[in-house]
Amino acid sequence: MSDLENNPAEIEDILALAARWREEGEEVALATVTETWGSSPRPAGSQLAVTGSGRMAGSVSGGCIEGAVADAAAETIRSGRPRLLDFGISNERAWEVGLACGGKMKVFVEKLA
Amino acid sequence: MTPEILKSLAHARAGHQPVVLATRIAPAEAAGAQYLLPDPAAPAELNAAADAALAADSSRTVRAAGAEWFLHVHNPSPRLILVGGVHIAQALAPIGAMLGFSVTIVDPRRSFASPERFPGVALRTDWPDEALDELRPDSRSAIVTLTHDPKLDDPALDRALKSPAFYIGALGSRRTHQARLARLAALGHAQPALARIHGPVGLSIEAVTAPEIALAILAEIVAVRRGAEIGAKAAA
Repeated sequence: MSDLENNPAEIEDILALAARWREEGEEVALATVTETWGSSPRPAGSQLAVTGSGRMAGSVSGGCIEGAVADAAAETIRSGRPRLLDFGISNERAWEVGLACGGKMKVFVEKLA
Repeated sequence: MTPEILKSLAHARAGHQPVVLATRIAPAEAAGAQYLLPDPAAPAELNAAADAALAADSSRTVRAAGAEWFLHVHNPSPRLILVGGVHIAQALAPIGAMLGFSVTIVDPRRSFASPERFPGVALRTDWPDEALDELRPDSRSAIVTLTHDPKLDDPALDRALKSPAFYIGALGSRRTHQARLARLAALGHAQPALARIHGPVGLSIEAVTAPEIALAILAEIVAVRRGAEIGAKAAA
């Protein structure tokens, strides 16, 4: 049975799912949208949880930056250091992983201790 | 995030307590510190900003105490109270849960409000007016009557109209709805209040099956909650 069948609300309750993964002994990083400008698909507070073993749940965008955020999450799992990521047209990283919608956003990545 | 913060947050959410998780996100060398607000030990301006974020139900970044903080609002789930454990309710309950609503079914007919028909859903088998008196719907509650039986629907709608529920819907045709409004008027509900009831319930999407009708109802609830402009239905 998948997590969603256990509790359909978990499609939005990423924190509860992340906490459960942590309890299962996984290393977990949590990415949270903290600020958006322009047409960003997901509001502040949207979350993506990533585990050391590669499980992933939730979203911080319409899919355009999830890959980059997952990479940053893996780094935070290794280092234990939280990071504030900046995505958008004013950022040179935008050439790699910019938001197709033209929006800008900040994402905070932290590790669950 | 420390296990202590995670545990306190889970505890607050399980107890339907409105809280804000404040995380220091800048400067980088001090990032990661957290408070679960309200907390008398936290800076006063941070507590005040958390109150404002809770009231607006909107997570945001603020500057306080010489740093940048992300305030993550954790308000209790909005509630969806369904009067009538009917077929449409069986579709409304899981779709409502997926949309983040905490769902309660009210139906004194135990063969309708049975755990077999509603696995894992909160069920009440008291009379709808008594149930609503106890549930005390607030401005984050939606109430939908589905029984088609005035004995059950009317007392529920009476209590719903006396509550600040953000959405009230009643299943039934235009003709049924007119008769229902006349009965509620006889109970002392005046016209502007009666206009709060969405009837016929749901957006007009030519829904046929129970899940389709549930989708139409929930789409209307979401539209009202998010302040979307939705086309007015043709006059009854």
